Amino acid sequence: MLQPETAKLAPGLKPHLKEPSENLLLALKATLKRDLVLMLRRRGEVLNPLVFFALVITLFPIGISPDPELLAIIAPGLLWVAALLAALLSLDSLFRSDYDDGSLEQLLLAPQPLSALALAKVAVHWLLTGLPLALMAPILGIMLALPGGSYVVLAVSLALGSAILSLIGAIGAALTVGLARGGVLLSLLVLPLYIPVLIFGAGAVQAAIAGDPVTAHLAILGALLAVALMLAPWAIAASLRISING
Amino acid sequence: MSLSLQARHLACERDERWLFKGLDVDICSGEVVRIEGPNGSGKTTLLKILSGQLTDYHGELIWNGEVMRHVREHFLANLLYLGHSPGVKTGLSALENLAWYQALDGQRDNEAAAWEALESVGLAGFEDVPAGQLSAGQQRRIALARLTLTPRILWVLDEPFTAIDRHGVAALEAQLVAHANKGGCVIVTTHHELSSSPALRRIQLG
Repeated sequence: MLQPETAKLAPGLKPHLKEPSENLLLALKATLKRDLVLMLRRRGEVLNPLVFFALVITLFPIGISPDPELLAIIAPGLLWVAALLAALLSLDSLFRSDYDDGSLEQLLLAPQPLSALALAKVAVHWLLTGLPLALMAPILGIMLALPGGSYVVLAVSLALGSAILSLIGAIGAALTVGLARGGVLLSLLVLPLYIPVLIFGAGAVQAAIAGDPVTAHLAILGALLAVALMLAPWAIAASLRISING
Repeated sequence: MSLSLQARHLACERDERWLFKGLDVDICSGEVVRIEGPNGSGKTTLLKILSGQLTDYHGELIWNGEVMRHVREHFLANLLYLGHSPGVKTGLSALENLAWYQALDGQRDNEAAAWEALESVGLAGFEDVPAGQLSAGQQRRIALARLTLTPRILWVLDEPFTAIDRHGVAALEAQLVAHANKGGCVIVTTHHELSSSPALRRIQLG
């Protein structure tokens, strides 16, 4: 650590050495607010994944068959796959604009831990992508003749699952932010990691339809979320450092 | 002495070409250090190394007698870096942009200070206009408002005069020298000729 006498020197002078007095909560709130305001001013970007989700689900009954019995079988998987792809679609822009306008450099040079600030950005992504997808899914479920009793499970599993998707996806987005065309690479990087989430998420809805207990599936999703919350912020921070270094 | 940043045997390689080798730098309070060199000579890379952003270099950075890697937080709390891109969000107004930087600096809702800082860089009347509607020079001025708004002892500025008009350049130059004279320290790259001052020092690259 720094010797106290170096830090204490020249306290009266206007530019003087400061001890790091990181006010993490204040910085987190400001980052959340900044990103929310920015995203809400670019409505098109927020609506894009939601429109994609709605379009895909609308087209399937037209393309396959309007038979409710057939649709009910494929509905859980279909809703989950479409939501997953919609979330993936929005990932590339997560750090892109910050990288382009130099804000990312400033974020990396903030005295606060980068992992926490990155987590705030991921939280905004989930609030404006994952959560709306989860809320929309039951309505689209009606169009697919999703059997009653599984609607709540569908929304809960998607809310939990999309948070995991945002966290994992942010690692990929951070790794590819320095590349001009990182979109394809990003998909290839994160899709394998999305598969367990898809299995347990769609599994929960299928279990609900079959009348089986769903707590096991939801508990596993919760556990995956807990692990992702613990590890992803550090991975995101490290990936951002690598990208800026390149 | 209140600040010292030293680099020992700094060397950096890019694409199998050495940008610089065996570079020793000693920077203290009260100095304006100008890094000079032709395009592509590694000025920006050196600034990024000195501001702790790059890690793939050889040599050692020493901050106030301690190895920088060990006192990174202390270093960052005292550093203000302005890069090539100004770090200004075009979707936000000048005030909203500055509010984020204030929060990162640990300042709570101090809008009055932001108004004052914007006035000092000649942006009075543009406080609430989205930065995207401002000119490149005005956007850069929003970034420059941070110099007064979030006081830090060490300024690392990469081409800060870009897109700034003649009056602005003179004012900024005076501000750099004033900062050094008050005991601060400025490391700057620019193609603009700085008027000579006792505080000015040069490091030649390339």
